[in-house]
Amino acid sequence: MTTGGTTLAHAAGWRNSRTLGRLALKATAGLTMAYILTPLFFVTWLAFFAQEIPSFPPEGYSLRWFAAIPGNDRFVSGFVLSLQVAIVATLIGLAIGVPAAVCLVRSRVPGREAISSVLLLPLVVPGIVLGIALYVFHVEAEIRTELPVLGSLGGLVAGHVLIVIPWTVRLVTASLAGMDRSVEEAAQSLGANRLTTFRRVTLPGILPGIVAAALFGFVSSFGNLEMSLFLVGPGRTTLPIAILQYLEWKIDPTIAAVSVVQIVLIGGAMLLTDRFVKISRVV
Amino acid sequence: MARLEIVSITKRYGDLKAADDVTLDVKDGEFLVLLGPSGCGKTTTLRIVAGFIEPTAGSVRLGGRDITSLPPWKRNAGLVFQSYALFPHMTVNENVAFGLQMRKVPAAEIGTKITEALRLVRLEHLGERLPRQLSGGQQQRVALARALVFRPDILLLDEPLSNLDAKLRQDVRVEIRELQRKLGLTTVMVTHDQEEALTMADRLVVMSEGRIRQIGTQQDLYERPADRFVADFVGRSTFIEGQIQSPGLFTSEGGLQIVCERLETGKATIALRPERLALIGAEAPAYDNKFSGVVEFVSYLGAMVDVHIRLSPQERVVVQVANRPEQPLPKLGETVSVGWSRNTGRVFAT
Repeated sequence: MTTGGTTLAHAAGWRNSRTLGRLALKATAGLTMAYILTPLFFVTWLAFFAQEIPSFPPEGYSLRWFAAIPGNDRFVSGFVLSLQVAIVATLIGLAIGVPAAVCLVRSRVPGREAISSVLLLPLVVPGIVLGIALYVFHVEAEIRTELPVLGSLGGLVAGHVLIVIPWTVRLVTASLAGMDRSVEEAAQSLGANRLTTFRRVTLPGILPGIVAAALFGFVSSFGNLEMSLFLVGPGRTTLPIAILQYLEWKIDPTIAAVSVVQIVLIGGAMLLTDRFVKISRVV
Repeated sequence: MARLEIVSITKRYGDLKAADDVTLDVKDGEFLVLLGPSGCGKTTTLRIVAGFIEPTAGSVRLGGRDITSLPPWKRNAGLVFQSYALFPHMTVNENVAFGLQMRKVPAAEIGTKITEALRLVRLEHLGERLPRQLSGGQQQRVALARALVFRPDILLLDEPLSNLDAKLRQDVRVEIRELQRKLGLTTVMVTHDQEEALTMADRLVVMSEGRIRQIGTQQDLYERPADRFVADFVGRSTFIEGQIQSPGLFTSEGGLQIVCERLETGKATIALRPERLALIGAEAPAYDNKFSGVVEFVSYLGAMVDVHIRLSPQERVVVQVANRPEQPLPKLGETVSVGWSRNTGRVFAT
């Protein structure tokens, strides 16, 4: 069969095989998109089901699961905490990651390959390993210093900073490397010292990278579950943990509704930033 | 506007000398061109003057002031880059204003100075555009206006025309040169393009391997090249290897006996400019050197024709002849005579 097919394709000539290739490309792209979007589609659909136990076909549609969210204290306080932690962690991560990236790209630091690998490491280490490691570290730190480290808000934020840094270093490094060095030299020759050059020329140049880094850092902090599980203290629950805990007892579409709210918020944030800064150019 | 003195500048990177004992004196208002192949040290020299590279040894003086260890932002040098290096997020006006803002020029004055500078490069109508909305030639002129607007002591041009297409390049050459003369600006330009160098310069500096090979006017370099490298790099030359056995007589490796002006004996190379050689009839007696050979290659260039002629198994010369209807062109395989006088060939000891 294969031989027959090949002969046919040959007979049809290169023009046909090119159309075939283009079709194959489109089909692959379509399948991949479907693979990525199907779960999102079903979660969204499920969120509007009327019945309590999700099953097909739906018995009807309702908005009551969305209406129930504001009434659930754990979700509301989880959302607020996740938002606070993600914002603070993103800001600290940028404050550390941007200067680090500038140093790595613009100056001749010895061992900069090694340093940049270390800074990207939190992205590679499984979240659960990171969580356990930090947990053990916090326990030890609390014993040695007698300060309340374990389960503190500071400890949680510090952990999240760790997962924001790789994004900032990576994306800012990429946009710095793509920047024409002579533009900075031009600024210096025109009379701008290093600081002014950075502020007026370098910073605007890498702004898309910084915005993208903030967005990705924020999203990965906001959605983090595995690491946070080890870092939260009593009475302090992030949204992903609240969702997990809810799922242990109930499987009604509330979770789907919460997920839809998250998807809409994050998607909205992405579209909004893309209007001002073309993130697609960096990532 | 000022005189630039570069005194014994050396820049070492490990064992490599990017600039090796470079000394230059650029007069007030002079247009000096650094010419050489890539890696010859011309860009290193320019970047030392601009302040981006600190020399290992030597000093740079601008208008009598020692600027060797001053950072770029304290040098008052206008710089134009090959890539133009305009600030992509600023309009043309903002780009040109940058140098003035850094010098704390009052806002009211900045406006008039921008207009004046943009008028110089004939772009006063494009002030509100962003660089990416301009053509290459326009961007280049904005870069020039930005470098001139704050009245620099010196203008430094780093391959400013390389990114322009050939036609535009010829116009911009003349434009830059006229502007520079009008403003009386001391200017140093770096290029690898000899035609560009020859059209624009008051004086040229030929560099290779970090060293200065020769400094001089166009005529100096072309008529009296200091060494084989210059003879090869500026204009074209055919080289014949051999030795001078008795004063004034050069014997090539292929056995040609060539009459020349050099008297010192020893191993040598003779350099012949293609347009200084002539194709002659068998009866012409007026040449000191006369050889016959077979035409191996003819390349038709329009106004000129290059004829490659084999004079001996080891030697082949190129003769450039004017393309005239009354003079039939030599054909491949034809035997012709080539002649030149004793002062045509430049002889270098090797």
